[in-house]
Amino acid sequence: MDLSYNETQGMLRETLARFLADTYDFESRKKMLASPEGRDPGIWKAIATELGLTCAPFAEEHGGMGGGALENMIMMEEFGKVIAIEPWLQTVVIGGGALKHAGGALAEATIPAIISGDCVIAFAYAEPQGRYNLADIGTTAKADGAGYVLNGHKGVVYAAPWATHLLVTARTGGGRRDRAGVELFLIEANRPGITRRDYPTVDGFMASEVYFENVAIPGEALLTGGIELIERVVDEATMAVCAEASGIARTMVNQTVEYTKQRKQFGQPIAKFQVLQHRMSDMFVEAEQVSSMALMGTLKLDEAAEARKAAVSMAKAKVGRSLKFVGQNAIQTHGGIGITMELAIGHYFKRGTMIEGQFGSIDHHLERFETLAYPA
Amino acid sequence: MDIDFSPEDLAFRDEVRTFIAENYPAELRGKQDEGDELSKEDFLSWHRILHKKGWVAPAWPVEYGGTGWTPTQRFIFSEETARADCIRLMPFGLSMVGPVIYTFGTPEQKAKFLPRILSGEDWWCQGYSEPGAGSDLASLRTKAERNGDHYVVNGQKTWTTMAQHADWGFFLVRTNPDVKQQEGISFLLIDMKTPGIEVRPIITLGGEHEVNEVFLDNVRVPIENRVYEEDKGWTCAKFLLAHERTGIAGVAGSKRGIEKIKAIATAEMDGDKPLLSNPFFRRKVAELEMDLTALEYTELRTLAGEAAGKGPGPESSVLKIKGSEIQQRITDLALEAAGHYGAPYFRGFGEGDNEHPIGPDWAHRTAPSYFNMRKTTIYGGSNEVQRGIIAKMVLGL
Ligand SMILES: Cc1cc2nc3c(=O)[nH]c(=O)nc-3n(C[C@H](O)[C@H](O)[C@H](O)COP(=O)(O)OP(=O)(O)OC[C@H]3O[C@@H](n4cnc5c(N)ncnc54)[C@H](O)[C@@H]3O)c2cc1C
Ligand SMILES: Cc1cc2nc3c(=O)[nH]c(=O)nc-3n(C[C@H](O)[C@H](O)[C@H](O)COP(=O)(O)OP(=O)(O)OC[C@H]3O[C@@H](n4cnc5c(N)ncnc54)[C@H](O)[C@@H]3O)c2cc1C
Repeated sequence: MDLSYNETQGMLRETLARFLADTYDFESRKKMLASPEGRDPGIWKAIATELGLTCAPFAEEHGGMGGGALENMIMMEEFGKVIAIEPWLQTVVIGGGALKHAGGALAEATIPAIISGDCVIAFAYAEPQGRYNLADIGTTAKADGAGYVLNGHKGVVYAAPWATHLLVTARTGGGRRDRAGVELFLIEANRPGITRRDYPTVDGFMASEVYFENVAIPGEALLTGGIELIERVVDEATMAVCAEASGIARTMVNQTVEYTKQRKQFGQPIAKFQVLQHRMSDMFVEAEQVSSMALMGTLKLDEAAEARKAAVSMAKAKVGRSLKFVGQNAIQTHGGIGITMELAIGHYFKRGTMIEGQFGSIDHHLERFETLAYPA
Repeated sequence: MDIDFSPEDLAFRDEVRTFIAENYPAELRGKQDEGDELSKEDFLSWHRILHKKGWVAPAWPVEYGGTGWTPTQRFIFSEETARADCIRLMPFGLSMVGPVIYTFGTPEQKAKFLPRILSGEDWWCQGYSEPGAGSDLASLRTKAERNGDHYVVNGQKTWTTMAQHADWGFFLVRTNPDVKQQEGISFLLIDMKTPGIEVRPIITLGGEHEVNEVFLDNVRVPIENRVYEEDKGWTCAKFLLAHERTGIAGVAGSKRGIEKIKAIATAEMDGDKPLLSNPFFRRKVAELEMDLTALEYTELRTLAGEAAGKGPGPESSVLKIKGSEIQQRITDLALEAAGHYGAPYFRGFGEGDNEHPIGPDWAHRTAPSYFNMRKTTIYGGSNEVQRGIIAKMVLGL
């Protein structure tokens, strides 16, 4: 057994960490979020071309470095440490992952564009009525000659305002919530008939409600794999946000410890109060559990579907719980200043809170784990 | 022992219920339902209606404008106003400085300030905390020096809730630096329009402008605006904190909060069933209701104690700890119910902005509320400090 990173992985981590330390200090991030576009597109371009990192999780025949989920984990953890809003999750993990698994001409054409930073993808999968059920889909893709016609509404599509492409789940047949008939399509974001309502999200991203009205798409837009492909990709995405959570939880613990050493009340640093020491020890323990579960789930992503799903759900539920504990106590331990926009800690808490629900709540994943692990 | 309301209490309850139904402004009801941020005028309109009826200060002695209600009647009143989702009245005048003035103030202070608190003419804010003096309030440094018939006040306050609207503030200031911390503090009433006062907003995680920094630069305050003796302000401060804490359990509001969660989870579908049928979600709502009932009966026991002549003691810390935690859990569940639609965020929502929310109407403020409500375990004496009080004052540790 060897749980250490190899040389290349270590180098990836360092390269990204060094770059983010320069570009993502708290003030720069604040400015980015407040800008009209809500981000600095130059940063994504730099990550792709100057640092050459976007190739990490792709196969060599696509121009990649031959990495996979572990490389994504490393990157996402670093993004978490600075609460970056870069579209790595949507573009590389989800878009890139779907293309990798589906293969074919679309993958050949698109993966190089992801690697070069020219293609930014948003994942349009959730629907207002669907909660976390990936098969609860009302959006339809009706066969029309060699292509399809899309109709429907996707909710809270992260990164959609920035995207060149949308990865859309839609139904070619079957009834609402049937697994059969659910398919995945990759289409240009500016196709006629696509409209968006854009807005910021509480955790600093941009997202949209996306509406499809008789959007004609070519047959080649279909990625073969159906609901199984979608579930696999969402499991990979789930582990990616768990890795991000690991960076966030560690940073929240560090910042809280630092703060309590500085902040004086009753004539001493509040870090001297045993109740706060024990609290921070517990936060540290829980942050370690987040990192462990992020690793566990990531290592099981290539197992057979049932084992993979059980592991991912167990990981996500535990990460959600631990993250809540770390986040709530980080704020509590900061006192009033913790609930303002002034210190970074609150912004970590906000992103962490959104991760708790992203790709399924604690309850959702516990239930999926129970169903798989203890079949009735 | 009898937990049921007497026929008189029931009649009183009906009277209150009818009054609210007939007099609570419809436009406020709509705003509350949308979870919008409320303006100064919104708060004042309901305040004025209650004042006209003579019901604005149930806890005050009758001679100063109180209602003379029994603790049970006061409990019923707060239940009914919460049940009808009425706006919570600002506590700074009515529950905080008012009682200090009628308990410790001069006849002139009573005559000048109490009627204006009741009528809502003066909006008050609380200038206690400072950047270096939070939980350790007695370490405050804002100083007031005598200069003829005035104090000259210099320093900085922070977390001053709603100071942006305030006409008056009650401030703790240091009048004697040479004695034990608690013994050199005075309690001043300061006109917020006095030259030298600057109020700057602090924006909190939900995007709200609720709290402020207040800078005081050579602010001249007439000596007659000091309540109680010089250097003895800590007595007023402590008295006020005990009052601040009693309302803090928030049982009636939390009951209403749980009702809303149930309504939301009945409307929100999880597959082909309402979310409230989901056994996991349902269990959490049930546990909340269980804990809230325990808190409610704890509050009733405290009220009974009060009715029997016991003042609010350190036991009020129990109410603060449990009440604040329950308030937070309610927002936690609402955010969970919102699913994906907890994420969209419009800073403009509710501030005269007529853009339509994203997702279900009730969902758009769930995340901001969740973030905002982290305050309940911090302010009014943090829960760590409350536990310290129980350890020291109740358990004798
Ligand atoms: C089943 C069992 C088997 C054992 N086997 C062995 C054995 O084989 N050999 C042997 O030598 N001993 C053995 N022990 C003894 C064991 O190591 C002691 O019980 C242990 O060190 C705690 O000491 P104590 O019981 O005196 O509790 P105390 O030290 O009196 O502690 C009482 C409570 O105070 C808390 N406390 C103490 N100090 C602090 C502090 N600084 N800060 C915060 N809280 C504090 C403790 O955590 C505990 O909750 C055994 C004990 C048990 C229960
Ligand atoms: C939304 C909001 C509104 C407010 N409104 C007002 C207002 O209108 N007027 C006003 O004067 N103030 C107001 N406050 C201030 C409030 O009373 C303080 O925030 C509170 O007293 C805590 O102080 P602090 O924020 O400086 O935290 P700190 O005192 O720095 O505490 C930081 C952490 O250390 C812990 N801690 C501190 N001392 C101890 C100890 N002895 N033992 C164990 N743990 C300890 C705390 O519990 C907390 O977890 C408001 C605060 C908020 C958040």
